Amino acid sequence: MTPGYLFNRLVQLVLILLGVSIIVFLMLRMVPGDSAQLLLGEFASPQELASLRAKLGLDKPLVVQYWIYLRNILSGDFGNSIRTGAPVIGEIMERFSATLELSIMAMGIAIFIGMIAGVISAVYQQSIFDYASMLVALFGVSVPIFWLGLMLIYFFSVRWQVLPMMGRLDMMMDVPRVTGMIFIDSLISLDFEAFWNAAQHMLLPAITLSTIPMAILARITRSSMLEVLRKDYIRTAKAKGMSEMVVILRHALRNAFLPIVTVMGINFGILLGGAVLTETIFSWPGLGRYVVDSLMARDYSAVQACILIFAVLMTGINFMVDMIYAILDPRIRINE
Amino acid sequence: MKKSWFWLLIVCVSFLFISANAFAESGDTLIWGRGGDSVMLDLAQATDGESIKAGIQILENLVMFKKDSMEVEPQLAVSWSVSKDGLTWTFNLRKGVLFHDGTPFNAQAVADSFNRIIDPNHRFYNFGKWKYLSLSLKPVTKINIVDDYTIQLVTAKPFAPLLNNLALWLCPILSPAAMEKYKDQIGMNPVGTGPYKLVKWNKDDKIILTRNDSYWGEKAKIERIILVSIPEPSARLMAIQSGTIDIADDLDPDSITMAKANKDLVVKTVPSINIGYLALNTEKPALKNPLVRQAINHAVNKQDLIQAIFQGLAVPAKNPFAPSIWGYNDDIEAYAYDPAKAKALLKQAGFDTNQVLELWAMPVSRAYMPDPVKTAELLQAYLSAVGIKSKIVRYDWGTYLKKTSNGEHDMCMLGWLGGNADPDNFLYGLLSADAAVTPGASNVALWKNAEFTALVKKAQVVFDIAERAAFYKKAQVIAHDEAPWVPLAHTTTIRVYNKRIHNVPLRPNGLNSFQMVEKD
Repeated sequence: MTPGYLFNRLVQLVLILLGVSIIVFLMLRMVPGDSAQLLLGEFASPQELASLRAKLGLDKPLVVQYWIYLRNILSGDFGNSIRTGAPVIGEIMERFSATLELSIMAMGIAIFIGMIAGVISAVYQQSIFDYASMLVALFGVSVPIFWLGLMLIYFFSVRWQVLPMMGRLDMMMDVPRVTGMIFIDSLISLDFEAFWNAAQHMLLPAITLSTIPMAILARITRSSMLEVLRKDYIRTAKAKGMSEMVVILRHALRNAFLPIVTVMGINFGILLGGAVLTETIFSWPGLGRYVVDSLMARDYSAVQACILIFAVLMTGINFMVDMIYAILDPRIRINE
Repeated sequence: MKKSWFWLLIVCVSFLFISANAFAESGDTLIWGRGGDSVMLDLAQATDGESIKAGIQILENLVMFKKDSMEVEPQLAVSWSVSKDGLTWTFNLRKGVLFHDGTPFNAQAVADSFNRIIDPNHRFYNFGKWKYLSLSLKPVTKINIVDDYTIQLVTAKPFAPLLNNLALWLCPILSPAAMEKYKDQIGMNPVGTGPYKLVKWNKDDKIILTRNDSYWGEKAKIERIILVSIPEPSARLMAIQSGTIDIADDLDPDSITMAKANKDLVVKTVPSINIGYLALNTEKPALKNPLVRQAINHAVNKQDLIQAIFQGLAVPAKNPFAPSIWGYNDDIEAYAYDPAKAKALLKQAGFDTNQVLELWAMPVSRAYMPDPVKTAELLQAYLSAVGIKSKIVRYDWGTYLKKTSNGEHDMCMLGWLGGNADPDNFLYGLLSADAAVTPGASNVALWKNAEFTALVKKAQVVFDIAERAAFYKKAQVIAHDEAPWVPLAHTTTIRVYNKRIHNVPLRPNGLNSFQMVEKD
């Protein structure tokens, strides 16, 4: 990868984030009324208002205010929540670990099953498997998450009682939090029981959450593979007498990968933003519920911080997708 | 090679299922499922039910409501008296009580817990936001420590409802050492004297409480309470059906019907202390005449409304507060649903049937008004059946409250959760002439009746309950005849729990300490 390509992408990333921060900054300033009052809520005392006004420099020109704002957020100070009075960054991080863990698991399931289904469907095009898996994929994108989650709970937790229906761990179980991700924390403390317990708790919500990206991935993989499988070099590879498996995985799949990576990236970004419905049904203490609760309570500091964090996540993932492009396809890194 | 991976995967997945032990739990733990997480456990700052539910297991007050009614009994105070002039309340405090952090409970702790709310110069004042001050200690102007176990609260004028205010969640006694230590984070680390203490709080997930073994009274029966947030009502229903949780709060009417049919579950109900009402703006020319307001009262079919909106889980209201509160006048005869009489009264009043009245619908749902839009549509239909044209108006909640407190509406829907369960809270707070001053009127009917106001003000300065009740009963007759409201409904407070738990208390406001709850 040329340093130029990397540099260009990094500059773009920073510019986008600055743009988002300006929009978020202006949003609050453009709401009629006193910004300090909005941030502290209607029950703030005059002293608190005065000290926040001074801290944000509300009597200074807008450019200076923006500079102060930028300096605060870069040092991790996103203000305090109106609802709880606690710093919002801590509240968000506490929930983000839950969302991250679930998203990774869901994305893992989606990639594993979605891609296998897509590849097999493409190789055995118009077979029973192809029709069946594409029908399932259609079901996957169109079934309401809400309904699917409740059905899974009903069968696996209520009827057959084989999987837990809510939370991240059994009620009585806990692991010392280091990263906040129980999978990792339980391994750090060598608590394998907690690890399995967490895996059980994660299975139903992760399956629920994976259906949409899985279905999209299956379809994209299939169509992208079909295109590549018709290329001359595949015929050449087969003619050389290479094994079917090697042709499909090394020659076809690698070339079919670009659109798949794009879709993976976008879907992972969406999952990281928090899945309100899945989190609600499975009582998962994630970011999606936090954002909705904050919006309902007009908790401006919390909402602002969430928007910024989503922007960072989204642009970060896009950046990574760009990097993977360059690794996969030499033409991209050379043409830049 | 490929095959072995496949088999490994199968083995792993089966292990996942086989080893599922999510349903093993001990009889020493009560699991309590509810719709959302608490916001903060310093109850002096709390404004939401979920915070109060958890907080009252941890914190205690000077006085408290009895476990199944809204009558006040001693808690951290053993006795109290009021001076002849009605201005000084003297409380004798319980001795030998320790906070969870081991520091002693005494008059200084009460003074610090209260002064931080009312005295801007107190060193803890800026550690919190005292949003509901007007419902709690506002009448108190001074706090005197007489000795270690005697404290006096002084008010500017005699105010009998103060005792009920002190029983509200808004007046908890916290450890001064903890308030000093945690500063503005005391809400995340509450330290009180209650039967349970906070062990752990995973936000949006669970709160774990454990028995306070040095509790001053009878120790809690169950060792541990875990409050879990299960935001989706159907998931909450399935959780209690499967036995994963012991108590499920805030189920919707359909779920309650299903819970009633389940032989493992108990559905306990008591009438609540709230009220939902339609306020008629008595300053608008169209509604100035009491005959018109009585006609509107006759036009509304409350029974039908309760079936449609509350699915039967409410009782029709005839007075401005609920029958479960002392001083309720049950001799008053409710306005019967009688469209013909309504029409006759409108005719007698010379009501202009061509005018269109504005009917303001609340934009948010509350326990006392679960489906405001549908309620408004029903009310509109009832009114139109007797020849009153109306149009439904909506604003966002903040604007709605502001505009109604300015008296900009013709008719508006509102309600009251019941606060301290003193009739004063309803009659003085929501219907007196003092509360009808715009802007900021809480009497949104803007009804100014001198006789009524005089009665409820007299009841504030006498301290004998029977005497106060007599004033309130008289006042209710006036409010009935003058009809500034159409009182709609008092909802039913419900608690659904597994029959393996016993002694589950249920106060009309649904907020209880679970100290005496037992589990098989």
